[in-house]
Amino acid sequence: MAKLMEIEVNGKRYAVNYPPDTPLLHVLRDELGLTGTKYGCGEGQCGACTVLLGGAPRRSCQIPVSAVAAKPITTIEGLEKEGKLHPVQQAFLDAGAFQCAYCTSGMVMSSVGLLQTNANPKQEEIVQFLQGNICRCGTYPRIIEAVKHAAKLMQGSAR
Amino acid sequence: MKTIQGKFVAEPERFEFSAAPMHQFELQRRDFFKILGAGIAVFVVAKEALAAQETAPGSPSFHNEEPPREISSWLHVGEDGTVTGFTGKAEMGQNIRTSISQTIADELRVPFESVRLVMADTTLTPFDAGTFGSRTTPTMTPQFRRVAEAARNLLIGVAAKEWNVAPEGLVAADAKVADPSSNRSLTYGELARGKSLAQNLPAEDPVTPATEWKVAGKPLPKVEGRAFVTGSHQYTSDIRLKGMLYGKVLRPPSFGATLTSYDDSAAKAMSGVTVVRGGDFVGVAAPSAHEAQKAIDSIRTQWKEMPQVSSKEIFSYLIKNAEPTSNERFRHEEGSAEQGLSSAAHRLDATYNVAYIAHAPLEPRAAVAQWADGKLTVWTGTQRPFANRDELASIFHIRESSVRVIVPDTGAAYGGKHTSDAAIEAARLAHAAGKPVKVVWTREEEFTWAYFRPAGVIEVKSGVAADGRLTAWEFHNYHSGMSGIETPYDVANQLTQYHQVPLVLRSGSYRGLAATANHFARETHMDALARLVKMDQLEFRMKNLSDARMRAVLEAATKSFGWPRKKTQEGQGFGLACGFEKGSYVATCAELAVDRSSGNARVVRVAEAFECGAIVNPDGLRNQVVGAIIQGLGGALFEAIEFENGRIKNPHFATYRVPRFRDVPEIEAILLDRKDIPSAGAGETPIMAIAPAAGNAFFDATGTRLNDLPLVSNGLRAA
Repeated sequence: MAKLMEIEVNGKRYAVNYPPDTPLLHVLRDELGLTGTKYGCGEGQCGACTVLLGGAPRRSCQIPVSAVAAKPITTIEGLEKEGKLHPVQQAFLDAGAFQCAYCTSGMVMSSVGLLQTNANPKQEEIVQFLQGNICRCGTYPRIIEAVKHAAKLMQGSAR
Repeated sequence: MKTIQGKFVAEPERFEFSAAPMHQFELQRRDFFKILGAGIAVFVVAKEALAAQETAPGSPSFHNEEPPREISSWLHVGEDGTVTGFTGKAEMGQNIRTSISQTIADELRVPFESVRLVMADTTLTPFDAGTFGSRTTPTMTPQFRRVAEAARNLLIGVAAKEWNVAPEGLVAADAKVADPSSNRSLTYGELARGKSLAQNLPAEDPVTPATEWKVAGKPLPKVEGRAFVTGSHQYTSDIRLKGMLYGKVLRPPSFGATLTSYDDSAAKAMSGVTVVRGGDFVGVAAPSAHEAQKAIDSIRTQWKEMPQVSSKEIFSYLIKNAEPTSNERFRHEEGSAEQGLSSAAHRLDATYNVAYIAHAPLEPRAAVAQWADGKLTVWTGTQRPFANRDELASIFHIRESSVRVIVPDTGAAYGGKHTSDAAIEAARLAHAAGKPVKVVWTREEEFTWAYFRPAGVIEVKSGVAADGRLTAWEFHNYHSGMSGIETPYDVANQLTQYHQVPLVLRSGSYRGLAATANHFARETHMDALARLVKMDQLEFRMKNLSDARMRAVLEAATKSFGWPRKKTQEGQGFGLACGFEKGSYVATCAELAVDRSSGNARVVRVAEAFECGAIVNPDGLRNQVVGAIIQGLGGALFEAIEFENGRIKNPHFATYRVPRFRDVPEIEAILLDRKDIPSAGAGETPIMAIAPAAGNAFFDATGTRLNDLPLVSNGLRAA
């Protein structure tokens, strides 16, 4: 049965009325219209649906909406601030790190999560962290370059 | 059959799906000026159609002209100077929205940013058979150059009339026409103001040689890139219409199963749920995806299942079930293979098997359908919008002009989105529900109910003289297809045959089609032959190759790779492969590392040279080439669809392994820019040579020959 819950997404609070086991992904996309978060497999295997939950990257297709009431959620739509792209978004754009770009939201969110805990990741650490994100077009080398570039941009802006 | 570059080429690949006949262009002249506003429009028309209209080619026709019926592309310059190109091609990640915009900007002499493209919309864009076969660049580049040049000349003509001077002295640049003698200038927007000028053109050669390109040929970034990094781009699966329902289709338990009993009373009792049954099609539409799934789960059915071939027996099945020789679609013979074999110093025969693989685009098949006043609009990620439109019209018994198919830039296809399955399902459900319906396939549906790159068996018989010259080449492909089937090597005695086999699994196009299978067999065989005559791989190929473009990519790849390489560690191996297909050339060197204790094999370094004529966008091309190598590694090393009793046994990313970050080798992509050769497409050929290069490197490392794709199913694991 549907249940009334309150969730916080990109700094805004929303009342949603869904069965508690509904995946967060469906609520974000179908109810809130935040379609930047993608469905790729619904099985936690591809990373296209990655969002930040309390700052940590999580697969929104695997999280029931009832489990997120206490934690703020950030989606790809929440990264841009006052018309300025997040450094990770800017780095993906600069590196041309996409082809069909369907994986891009998930790649960006995972990379933001990585750089929050590791400001200057080595190549192997990037590979390890992003191993759960699939880019079927095979743009991986440019994504790695983008993450390295983003790390530099973020260190530059932190100074 | 026709001849290209002195080589025999087959009919269109059967797995490409045959192209539909040309159709009338629906949009009337008064309509497009209504849609776009006044301005200047130029169309490219098939030559015959133009002749039929008795319009002198290239002559400006300003009045009373209906748009031609067989247009392949067109361009509009608006009163605000906005330039809009129209093409039936679809963007799926191959970056043609960018490269075509560059071509238009280049020839029209306008900034890249002022060009926009309307793509793959059956009401607004000209008919197009589909986005496949690496045809976009070779067809659209010359056409858009022609229309842009004509539009430029029209604008110059308007300025000349305005100033009452001869057009020859005027110069078009930076979206302006200028008169150097009087320092006057007018912008394109000013010149287009209040005009409704149209001109038809024959499709002919490009006008500006590649050596003089200014915008084309440059590594410009993907247009609308910002929409992709912010998540604001609306793929089909992101579209939400007012009152839209979510559709779900009940799938049979196995391929070919038929419905024997059915009870949908529980689903029908659910609030807001529409249930549709027609034959074996059962689907529902509901206010949410969750409710649609609940409704589908509540439907009780029984099915009669059919006996089915399994992946364990597929290769022997294909050989046994080949159609009679008289039904062969392709046969090419020169000299006598039999004599060449008997006179050879060394003979080598081998059989190669290639598994079914899945496209697995990250955006699954999706469609949104909306009916209004008996007319149907469908948004769907397809490579063939016009064929989808025709199928929808036929299924729903309405005129083609009553169906509009729009293709939003799509989450990839790789040859896998030719069909209109999701569009038909959404339209059927929307028709019954009386509301718009969205259908998005699940990953499992995508892996099961889409179609596959066909499996195949390839038999090769060959002979080589003591000096390393090929004396005989006999090549039989069963089922997988004809693309890249012909050897590029010089061999006097050859027989090449494609043997058709009735479909086992639903099969269709795939990036490069059968070229990967055929190149895997041929280049693996060439590796073994070189070893038989104790020659270096590069030297052996060069000895049997006269095609200068093929030699050039081989030289470039091996130079970058440092061929021949000396092994410096245990388990290290090097492999080489090359090929030609769809107007472009590829050569690939691979280094592979095998860990004998774990049995893991990993490709650690790749150098690939690629040549497709004049490069339109080197950055986009590099992205395609590197991506193709990585995607090709999947089919080379570990991708395979397993099936039994009409069921796919691995319809998930957890069980169907695709390349991930850890699988990516160090890659050098060497792009040869031949400005003297017309641009060919580049989406497919770069994928062909990685599988044989990896397999040959495996042999070099281990002494074990792997003749099946994927390679690591032969008792090994990929690291």
